[in-house]
Amino acid sequence: MENNLRKIIIDGEEIGVNPAMTILQACEYIDKEIPRFCYHERLSIAGNCRMCLVEVVGGPPKPMASCALQVKDLRPGPNGEPPTIKTNSKMVKKAREGVMEFLLINHPLDCPICDQGGECDLQDQALAYGVDFSRYIEPKRAVMDLDLGPLVETHMTRCISCTRCVRFITEVAGMPEMGQIGRGENSEITSYLGRTLESELQGNIIDLCPVGALTSKPYAFTARPWELSKTNSIDLMDALGSNIRIDSKGKNIMRIIPRNHDGINEEWLSDKSRYIWDGLNKQRLDIPYVRDNSGRLKPCSWNEAFDLITHKFNKSPNILALAGDLINIETLFSAKELVSSLGGRTECRIADTCIPPNDRGLYAGTVPIAEINNSEIIFIIGSNPRIEAPVLNARIRNSWLRGTEVNLVGEKSDLTYDYNHMGTSLSELDKIIKSKTRLFANKRILIILGQGIFSRNDGYEALEVVKKFKESLKAELISLHVAASRVGAMDLNFVSDPGYSSSIEWSDIILNIGMDEYDLPEDKFVIYQGSHGDRGANRADVILPSCAFSEESGIYVNTEGRPQISLKACEKIGEARENWAIIRALSEKLNCTLKYDNLIQLREKLFLEHPNLSSLDEVKKNNWINSFMYSKECLKFDLKNIWRDHYLTNPIARSSTIMAELSKNKQKK
Amino acid sequence: MLKEKDKIFSNLYGFKDRSINSVISRGQWDDTAKFIKNGSSWIIEEIKNSGLRGRGGAGFPTGLKWSFMPKPNPTKPSYLVINADESEPGTCKDREILRHEPHTLIEGCLIAGFAMGAHVAYIYVRGEYVREREALQIAIDEAYSKGFLGTNAAKSGWKFDIFVHHGAGAYICGEETALLESLEGKKGMPRMKPPFPAMAGLYGCPTTVNNVESIAVVPTILRRGASWFSKFGRSNNTGTKLFCLSGHIEKPCVVEEEMSIPLKELIEKYGGGVIGGWDNLKAVIPGGSSVPLIPAKICNDAIMDFDWLRENQSGLGTGAVIVMNSSTDIVKAIWRLSKFYNHESCGQCTPCREGTGWMMRVMKRLISGDAKLEDIDNLLQITKQVEGHTICALGDAAAWPIQGLFRHFRSEVEDRIKNKVSPKIAAE
Amino acid sequence: MLRRIDKDQPETFAFTKSNLSWAKKQISKYPKDRQQSAVIPLLYRAQEQEGWISKPAIEFIAKMLKMAPIRVYEVASFYFMFHLSPVGKKAHIQVCGTTPCMLRGSEKLIEICKQKISKNQKEPCSKGNLSWEEVECIGACSNSPVVQIGSDYYEDLSEESFSNLLDNLIEGHPEPGSQKKRFSSEPEGFLNSTKVKIEENKNASVRLFLETSIRKKTKKLMSER
Repeated sequence: MENNLRKIIIDGEEIGVNPAMTILQACEYIDKEIPRFCYHERLSIAGNCRMCLVEVVGGPPKPMASCALQVKDLRPGPNGEPPTIKTNSKMVKKAREGVMEFLLINHPLDCPICDQGGECDLQDQALAYGVDFSRYIEPKRAVMDLDLGPLVETHMTRCISCTRCVRFITEVAGMPEMGQIGRGENSEITSYLGRTLESELQGNIIDLCPVGALTSKPYAFTARPWELSKTNSIDLMDALGSNIRIDSKGKNIMRIIPRNHDGINEEWLSDKSRYIWDGLNKQRLDIPYVRDNSGRLKPCSWNEAFDLITHKFNKSPNILALAGDLINIETLFSAKELVSSLGGRTECRIADTCIPPNDRGLYAGTVPIAEINNSEIIFIIGSNPRIEAPVLNARIRNSWLRGTEVNLVGEKSDLTYDYNHMGTSLSELDKIIKSKTRLFANKRILIILGQGIFSRNDGYEALEVVKKFKESLKAELISLHVAASRVGAMDLNFVSDPGYSSSIEWSDIILNIGMDEYDLPEDKFVIYQGSHGDRGANRADVILPSCAFSEESGIYVNTEGRPQISLKACEKIGEARENWAIIRALSEKLNCTLKYDNLIQLREKLFLEHPNLSSLDEVKKNNWINSFMYSKECLKFDLKNIWRDHYLTNPIARSSTIMAELSKNKQKK
Repeated sequence: MLKEKDKIFSNLYGFKDRSINSVISRGQWDDTAKFIKNGSSWIIEEIKNSGLRGRGGAGFPTGLKWSFMPKPNPTKPSYLVINADESEPGTCKDREILRHEPHTLIEGCLIAGFAMGAHVAYIYVRGEYVREREALQIAIDEAYSKGFLGTNAAKSGWKFDIFVHHGAGAYICGEETALLESLEGKKGMPRMKPPFPAMAGLYGCPTTVNNVESIAVVPTILRRGASWFSKFGRSNNTGTKLFCLSGHIEKPCVVEEEMSIPLKELIEKYGGGVIGGWDNLKAVIPGGSSVPLIPAKICNDAIMDFDWLRENQSGLGTGAVIVMNSSTDIVKAIWRLSKFYNHESCGQCTPCREGTGWMMRVMKRLISGDAKLEDIDNLLQITKQVEGHTICALGDAAAWPIQGLFRHFRSEVEDRIKNKVSPKIAAE
Repeated sequence: MLRRIDKDQPETFAFTKSNLSWAKKQISKYPKDRQQSAVIPLLYRAQEQEGWISKPAIEFIAKMLKMAPIRVYEVASFYFMFHLSPVGKKAHIQVCGTTPCMLRGSEKLIEICKQKISKNQKEPCSKGNLSWEEVECIGACSNSPVVQIGSDYYEDLSEESFSNLLDNLIEGHPEPGSQKKRFSSEPEGFLNSTKVKIEENKNASVRLFLETSIRKKTKKLMSER
């Protein structure tokens, strides 16, 4: 590789770079910052803002756009010297000042009332290249605002036509619903004839907009960036584990934005993850409740709640702990310790979801998510990644754009890219296995296995078909879960041998930790531990109010098996307590006190017993357990997707008015 | 004065029978197969030797341009694209070729296409030229029926097809990469170069974009020889050329003449002279709206070729001579061009999108003198901020006429500001 | 000004049978999967059929060419020959106003349009029959001033000839070309001085106009019978 490097001189510094690099990238490589508005490393190159101009010595007598010019296109000097670039010459400075002036002449001077203020690229660059007066005395341009829907607010007069939003929506989101109409100074960025946006990733255009033309509607005029406390956290709205930053002011969360993670969400975030924050403050359980003799839930103190529970435990009942979708590892670990010491069972495979314990190669997959980029053929089996993990779907789309062939077995739906729909049943896989085709030889093949199989009651045998399929194609596998806590719970072996239904039948007392998606039988004593008044709380005999994910620190393992830590962004509400602490308190009341008094001690014990989980942000290579035989019977079943309403899949989302609106809009369309 | 027998476009005005048999009897389509049998390097060499420079405005050597095309590749076909998006104000020469001499272009396409390894040519005609497009299509159909196009074009063994495509009113599509974008069914927004069209042009394939006139002269150059063509004009500026005369002259017209013809001769012999006489001349825009004007005193000695006009801070451009006599409100005339560029800016890149409007508005105020003296320097600075900073040359083209105005008529504009003279009507 | 699509939109659009087969032939000019290339010709044909480009037309063509509607709308709004709202039913007069025409009196032609048609551009008047707009250089500068009406150029206009032209437009389109008896773009009077034999009676553009009108008339006669 060394030999392929090309030498260039940037501001007197000689470096060797990959000739395919652009000048802008080469400059960044040696930490020379080049101003830009239209250029974005994850979008196609537009070259329209002209802010990144640099001087090519010996080249044309005019500055060149560094975002578009590749190192390989530079010519060496007359005596074979390496090409020379200047980023801070007089020519460059003048050129950029000129461009800046043009950008500002029609830009309103409304920074004081602009939400972008403080994090505006134009504002920042104007400090470097702007002047403090204007020569422009002609009338300024005004542009009508658009209605893009409930998420994106527009102030189109501020638009500098960089077309990042158009490129994102078209290229990454795969929904060509925005464009630039007209031409010249009157051209406008717009949606198609006033339509609102439909993409599940539209919120990203707010981050991409370098000025205040596209801002967040729910966040509008509520905070300034410099007043916000910023906390690194992990998103739980799907099982992808997108890296997020929670921005809060005092005890209130003001907004959620993505953090870059090349392996997971790159720098995108789905709208559901970005906008559920209003759900964190609504429908909250802030004090304990017990069900009185008349069958009503009445508020009580923690002691009263615990007393009732201890009373129920006097008869040595069978206890079953259930893991909901949004629960961190620490809570599940302590719950399992407690319940096991009481002779009880644990289960995370709600509604008899079929996930074989200890088969990590299957349930967490054999490769990281990023492998999607390197695949030549992808088989999606029983999943609609567009709604089960929109950001991951964008990655599949990106791969498809670069030539990857996509096949789907399962329900047909619009995935924003073309695919070959093979059929809806597993017999399609069986046919390929039986055919012993060479069609897939020496190809990088990836299987994305979704809930279409996991969620089936007879899924275990069906999984063997997929395993056999993987083996015969020498493919890799990614399992796409939808519950953020599922892989972590499986890692803790939070399962019971007889499975979900049998264990519920067996149990007398159910400790329901945040499971709100399915009903529980009437004849059990149900302790619900959770943050929101949803289905689980309705069917509880005792409610123990707990923190939402934003109010406590916790570890989550994402769908590819990557443990990540999420930090506490704001204070808990009312009398709610941290989830692990509730378990710890309960253990004391039940006279089998867990041997840790704080989260640090808990994690020490957790890591000791599960060393894998201590490798934060790492994806371990998982062992593969060979497939077994399967019967013809299981080939007939159709694969059905699990989620019907993308926006309302968990208690936080169901409490969010924004999600309710999005869901309503989607149904209308 | 160019002799009748040396004119390439002998039926420029369409007087003569335009049917294909008549065209053939006048010598067109003669020996086409022989040229092709001579091989592409022979053709390219002849064109290089003839000294032909692109007739679309930039004046790039045509033969050299063809030689940039890579070897034919079955997975990436080569394309010849003809730029018939004639939109440069003052220019109306290709219109005459399209409607009255289409076979020069069609035969030229076959020869040029063969020389660069292309089996397909697209001719992009500006949208407004509806009748011209129809006339061209009729001629192409005739050529097909005679076997001059198709699987064995003119019995040369070369498969060649020509398709006519059209625009719909956008000057910017005359820029070659914008034209390609438009031909691909998109907005005509210029691409960044590199990659140049010869590497990645139409549909990402190797492409050469040539002006109509550049291609239409090719068959005659081959028939009469490179040395015949190169004996016209000064060296490096050879050949014959179509000139379009418009503005304040007695007899506006399109005419084929020798390169390097004196401007005065051109105007007086063909145009019947400046309205009000040569001494009534104020200025001439010698090469279409994009080139800076030259004042009367320079016009006396002006020679119509690439080099002389460049040396005198203007350009030959498309050979479109816009004459302005002393009745002209020169500020208004240039403002009208600024308005044109503002109207035609595609809006892609910042300096042109924002700069053309600004320049136009300041120019508008200068017409009435509603300005301050420092506005002139500001305006000149704005033109410098646009020039050389845009993706394509439209930004430059918008800047140059204004720079030309102040280079030669600054004091007139200053007087106007000082005295606030009310504007005259541009005509008369 | 940004040209926006008209508020009042028709319900539907469809190409006539002959236009549809014409459109399919256009698409075949371009390589496989490059059907998008045909968007301008198809839009223009839609405009010739309906007089302007409507939202249903945009969507019809988008579907036909497998394009997102916004991409077709971008194109329709970028190219100024596309009318996004109705224009004069009998004629839409496009007066070239760029410098070469301005030098030879196009401003006066515009004045006449304002007086005889409407003060505002693109505002159909005279029972919706006529509208006008100032356009940029239409490339007939040696025959300036020029106006374009439909497919045809009316050249070498004077105030008088233009005024007459407007008066006659309701009845039908008068013969295009030079209104000063020039053949095409030769110097005025060239015909008298030259020895060149005149073999054609009209220049190509005018002849095509005449042929088209004859075809139209015959068609009309046939259908009347």
